Amino acid sequence: MFVFFCPHCGENREEEEFGYGGEAFIPRPSAPETLDDDAWGDYLFMRKNPKGWHWEMWSHNTGCRKFFVVKRNTATNAIAGSWTLSDGRKAYDAEGGAT
Amino acid sequence: MTSFRVRRPGARIDFEKPLSFSFDGQPYSGFAGDTLASALLANGVRMLARSFKYGRPRGIVGSGPEEPNALMQIETGAHTIPNLKATQVELYDGLTARRTTGYPTLEFDLKSIGGVFARFMPAGFYYKTFQNQKLWPKFEHIIRQAAGYGSAPAEPDPETYDHSHRHAQVLVVGGGASGLLAALAAGRAGLKVVLLDEQKECGGWLLSSPYSIIGGKAADAWLKIVIGELQSMPNVEVLTRTSAFALHDMNLVLAVEQLQDHLPLAERAVNRPRQRLHRIRAESVVLATGAIERPLVFGNNDVPGIMTASALTTYLNRYGVAVGKRVLLHTSNDHVYQGACDLIRAGCEVVLADARARVNPAWEKRARAAGVDLRLGYGISFARGGREVNGAQLVKLDAGQNVVTGTGPSIDCDALGSSGGLSPTVHLYCHDGGRPHWDEEKLAFVVPATGRAKSRIYCVGAVTGEFGLQQALEQTQRTIGDLLASLGKPTDTTSAVDVRTDEPQTVPPRRIFRIPDGKREGHGKKAFVDFQNDVSAADIHLAVRENYRSIEHIKRYTALGFGTDQGKLSNVNGFAIAADARGVSIPEVGTTTYRPAYSPVTFGTLAGLHADETFEPRRYSAMHACHVARGAEFEPVGQWLRPWYFPLPGEDMHAAVRRECLAARRGVGIMDASTLGKIDLRGKDVREFLGRVYANDWAKLAPGKCRYGLMLDENGMVMDDGVTACITDDHFVMTTTTGGAARVLSWLEKWHQTEWPDLDVYMTSVTDHWATAAIVGPKSREVLAKVCAGIDLSSSAFKFMDWREGTVAGIPARVFRISFSGELAFEVNVDANYGHYVWEALMDAGGEFGITPYGTETMHVLRAEKGFIIVGQDTDGSMTPLDLDMAWAVSMKKPFSFIGKRSFARSDTAGPNRKQLVGLLTEDPEIVLAEGAQIIERADTAPPVPMLGHVTSSYYSPELKRSIALAVVRDGINRRSEEGRKAGRNVLYAHAGGKAHKVRLVSPVFVDPKGERQNV
Amino acid sequence: MRKDYSSWSLFTKGLRHNEGWDPAWRSAEPKPSYDVVIVGAGGHGLATAYYLAKEHGLRNVAVIEKGYLGGGNTARNTTIVRSNYLWDEAALLYEHALKLWEGLTEDLNFNVMFSQRGVFNLGHTLQDMRDIERRVNANNLNGIDALVLDAAEVKRRIPILNTAKTARYPVLGASFQPRGGIARHDAVAWGFARAASKYGVDIIENCEVIGMDIANGRIVGLETTRGPIRSERVGCVASGHSSVLAKMAGIRMPIESHPLQAFVSESMKPVLDTVVMSNAVHGYASQSDKGELVIGAGIDHYTSYTQRGSPHIIEHTAAAIIELFPMFSRVRMNRQWGGIVDTTPDACPIISKTKIKGLYFNCGWGTGGFKATPGSGNVFAHTIAKDDPHPLNRAFDLARFSTGHLIDEHGAAGVAH
Repeated sequence: MFVFFCPHCGENREEEEFGYGGEAFIPRPSAPETLDDDAWGDYLFMRKNPKGWHWEMWSHNTGCRKFFVVKRNTATNAIAGSWTLSDGRKAYDAEGGAT
Repeated sequence: MTSFRVRRPGARIDFEKPLSFSFDGQPYSGFAGDTLASALLANGVRMLARSFKYGRPRGIVGSGPEEPNALMQIETGAHTIPNLKATQVELYDGLTARRTTGYPTLEFDLKSIGGVFARFMPAGFYYKTFQNQKLWPKFEHIIRQAAGYGSAPAEPDPETYDHSHRHAQVLVVGGGASGLLAALAAGRAGLKVVLLDEQKECGGWLLSSPYSIIGGKAADAWLKIVIGELQSMPNVEVLTRTSAFALHDMNLVLAVEQLQDHLPLAERAVNRPRQRLHRIRAESVVLATGAIERPLVFGNNDVPGIMTASALTTYLNRYGVAVGKRVLLHTSNDHVYQGACDLIRAGCEVVLADARARVNPAWEKRARAAGVDLRLGYGISFARGGREVNGAQLVKLDAGQNVVTGTGPSIDCDALGSSGGLSPTVHLYCHDGGRPHWDEEKLAFVVPATGRAKSRIYCVGAVTGEFGLQQALEQTQRTIGDLLASLGKPTDTTSAVDVRTDEPQTVPPRRIFRIPDGKREGHGKKAFVDFQNDVSAADIHLAVRENYRSIEHIKRYTALGFGTDQGKLSNVNGFAIAADARGVSIPEVGTTTYRPAYSPVTFGTLAGLHADETFEPRRYSAMHACHVARGAEFEPVGQWLRPWYFPLPGEDMHAAVRRECLAARRGVGIMDASTLGKIDLRGKDVREFLGRVYANDWAKLAPGKCRYGLMLDENGMVMDDGVTACITDDHFVMTTTTGGAARVLSWLEKWHQTEWPDLDVYMTSVTDHWATAAIVGPKSREVLAKVCAGIDLSSSAFKFMDWREGTVAGIPARVFRISFSGELAFEVNVDANYGHYVWEALMDAGGEFGITPYGTETMHVLRAEKGFIIVGQDTDGSMTPLDLDMAWAVSMKKPFSFIGKRSFARSDTAGPNRKQLVGLLTEDPEIVLAEGAQIIERADTAPPVPMLGHVTSSYYSPELKRSIALAVVRDGINRRSEEGRKAGRNVLYAHAGGKAHKVRLVSPVFVDPKGERQNV
Repeated sequence: MRKDYSSWSLFTKGLRHNEGWDPAWRSAEPKPSYDVVIVGAGGHGLATAYYLAKEHGLRNVAVIEKGYLGGGNTARNTTIVRSNYLWDEAALLYEHALKLWEGLTEDLNFNVMFSQRGVFNLGHTLQDMRDIERRVNANNLNGIDALVLDAAEVKRRIPILNTAKTARYPVLGASFQPRGGIARHDAVAWGFARAASKYGVDIIENCEVIGMDIANGRIVGLETTRGPIRSERVGCVASGHSSVLAKMAGIRMPIESHPLQAFVSESMKPVLDTVVMSNAVHGYASQSDKGELVIGAGIDHYTSYTQRGSPHIIEHTAAAIIELFPMFSRVRMNRQWGGIVDTTPDACPIISKTKIKGLYFNCGWGTGGFKATPGSGNVFAHTIAKDDPHPLNRAFDLARFSTGHLIDEHGAAGVAH
């Protein structure tokens, strides 16, 4: 069971306070109508699901109800850190949006 | 029956307090401080179980959680507990224990007949036979009856459990010498320390070793001083009878504390939990979990009276029980020597067969001086005896190879203890992904002496392979010094503790696990590795021969280590024998995965207070008491309990619903609608936001107006619906389905925060803040008029889909003129604190009009008569708005591509022959179709029958005096159209429970198709 | 195939100290090339190889496995077998599997202990009962045995079940599939391995795929930890690790790998002789032949490849089991574990060709793959042998995630099984 640091509350809290928000940084296409079915299906359903470092979202359900980003290793459960969505985006881009 | 009691210095037995207990109906006596095991042994009870597969007599082997055989059914009736290990049951006065094996009796076990044919029942024999699928149930029945130990209680549990959440700076697991020293060091440094020990008092092996000297003090005295100091520290908490059974990620240790099991039933406090689960988050975990001695594997090593040497020593020194008068010890290492000397001092005769030809000279000298009959270079070929051991045959072992070089003497004995070395208790270290490594010198899977610094898991004492007391304590001092240094604390808090002992330096053990008997494996007497599952050395060889070579395969094929002892005695022997059988090294074989629980934990403890009515919270509206007072029947909807219907005396549900429906259609009804989810949205961009998350358009909804919306997922399917009111231009109130409220709020938050943080929107759940009463029916306006102030209720001033602010019964209210029944209706929303009061006020006001409270069932009938859907009942996550014939609720012209829109255009979603919502009428108006009936084309086809859809809602309509139904049917909208009717495609069958009824597809709007009534 | 496991062979080999038993399967060294390579020696992969050999005559086949065979979800599930799925596509596929289960022990000459003790799916709300009615009617029309039972009948058949109306989740009824049951999970892997091996299939353990050789849109071979292996047809059956393999091929998968946990009690005398599942309380239980209660938990919501989940899930499941069976409160959990389940958006598997010619995937079984083992292998073998889906798995292709033709089993599958 994880302990997450909520960057909004500034607190370490038990996993039970949080909800899993899935893979982070899957931007919604700005013009969905221009996409073909494959590209739309990719956005809807395809996921990186890496074995290793994973950028993901959690929401502080029973706290501030805000989403934030966690970089977690799915092979070891190690946590590298948590960030607000915008700070996380910068950190994610800084490492090249890698898996 | 040669066991006898001895008074030992430091023994934990109070001979002044005799206790009576029974085993298998026989009365016995013991003393305060006994375990059930020590008391049974003191009473000369040797055989107390029969083995799992072969029905062989079995006795006590260990003295703690490693015990494989002595599984007991403790107490009877509702208090009964199956499978407790006698070695862990503290004796109390009046304790009742029964055997869990041996049918019909312990003396004669039916399975022992099978034991005669044991050679035809090798490991995995059942995979090779009983291959007739028709006969298998019969074989299986016999196997099932023969399997299993104790019995589950037949009654609900009369005791309770709870959970405690703790935070520690340093959590020390294990209160033996090393754990105590670690806790002392951390405590003296001022850290918040929790120390756990599974036994009733700390001390660990020191309790079995009264002659050990630490820093010039006898073990007993040392313990008193250290425990005394720990107890005096306010920052240190010592929890005994508390077993750490799991270590999870990020240093979460789960431990179960036994609060009452050691007390006689009559003395247990009813208001106190039986057991408590401690969830401990520790900044640093110190594992001082010690080690467990494993036995040697030799022929007939399962005869009662044969145990581990350390168990023999423990029973003697801690419990004052000499298990036998003439004791044969067999070892490959130094650990038994002190015990051998202790047994002599207690008056036993001791023969010690050491597999090593040359042993530790210091120990040899001490043992010989004490009078131990030392036989060096010998092994036990096999033990003698049936229901109790009476001797053993020794063989001469080669000094290097593990082979027999000659015969040895036959030794008579009435107790036999063996030691194959110590196996560190590495379980917790491995629960979160750690792995132990093999130490070839110490012949043990050990954890690193440095622990896992990154995770702040430290390991001290025997678990690291430091088996000598002094070395263990020195290693503990070093490790805790490191821990304290990492926290910037003074590291010298225990350097003052003198840890010098009088133990001779240990010398390496002999690498031997299975004592050879001069025969090929499988030809000699059965030599057991895992007692609980009757796994012999030959079984492991057979598994390897059959190519079950991975240790996981061996485990699964033979059941090695699968028992309730989790292989604490057997695993390492099994790994070593597998290594020999495969001709590889032990590390190459590796270990099986260590999984929680270290020792078994009751379900009740895991559940804690999440049981019975507190299993999950239940929600009640502010008006709940009003409904109870009126005799409502209730229905669970999501977390809520809602009134289902309100039967009058003598009414069944059908009659009540009929009456309620007619009241709402002809007079006035009232319903508690408080449970609908309500979300308050504020900000200048709420209107834009609504346009993105709903399928319909919100651009022109003016303050004072309401609108129904369909919410879709990005896959284009309907996920929720509800009415949203515009309070002001930047303030809206959304309603959701009762069950969907939390999901919808999370959904909206996610979109807002992740995709559109630029939109100025703030969302708050206000479900619990408002209580809502829906007043429904042609006379609703008259009722409301009596209690409502500040609102012009006339149809011209207050139109359908308007909302107004005023007071109802003097309470500020928002009144929505919306309708889920098609009738004139008003929904009165007030502060939930006034909900009860306002409901009663409306009931009073409606008295003269015959106002009739109704529940969810009538609500369903009324809405079905109008063809209004219930999301989750008429939809199942595979319906688009178009499938529901609700194109009117979709705005394809909005500039923003709202959630789900793009998915409409996919080939399948846009394709023909989708399931669509229609109405159904049965040929026979009295037949009410089953909800869930399948729609088929013909009534007379044999399976597989193509299915066109199913009935989603079905009721008897009192208004129409006939049954009605809603269904989703492939191409349903065309089928029910003019052309469909002409082509006869509108007549189908609804099939349920083996019967098919002819149905006609019609519009889903059965009552008031023009929708005039709601506008009056 | 020679039936060399029998009571007679136990007798004759027993007389000779059981020294005459042959290896259950051959452990092979990888050859340079194969006609077909199956990646993943779990139940599904081994079954695929078996049916490739048996029904399609393909014998130059290897099954490669990064660990030990049957060591993934095959070894970690709660062994429930049933076919009472809602949608036609799923129901027919699982029923195909169930029919194979009914003859599997004899077909493999290996007792997989398929015990048809029946499966109850409890209904706790009116909507549960509507869903049950719908599913049972659909099952019957598809020729699958199923019936709807009311609470009294459920109580009669499972006397220890708590059917009190005051329960937090009162039991209103259940669906019951008499032909459902449980099987011995390890035996399924071993039995298929042995039978495939007899046909000449090479089973290669400790051989991990580290790369795929793809040329001109077609698979030509694999890089493994035991060297390169040539093959123009590769079937990936790697459950939780499917995304890892797909990435090597440059394919995106609609899969997320989650922990799914389970636990067993200590072994006890028979107390529960059927399988009880409840989606509402998130728990299901049966009792193994050895006497352990085998209990499945709900899924952990985050992704993980660690084969362990969070303990509060186990705690909730223990509470759920007590809710259903109050007397189990004093029973003890002996061991808990986790698997890695490959979930899809519609809770249905993917048994499909891919855009890479010769590369096939069989994955996405989520929480319910064990019950499909023989059927999954059977249709996947067909798909690989013919380079064309079997009619029973045509709907389970990857294209559905573009066309929108999802087979949404969430309603019928609920938590897990």
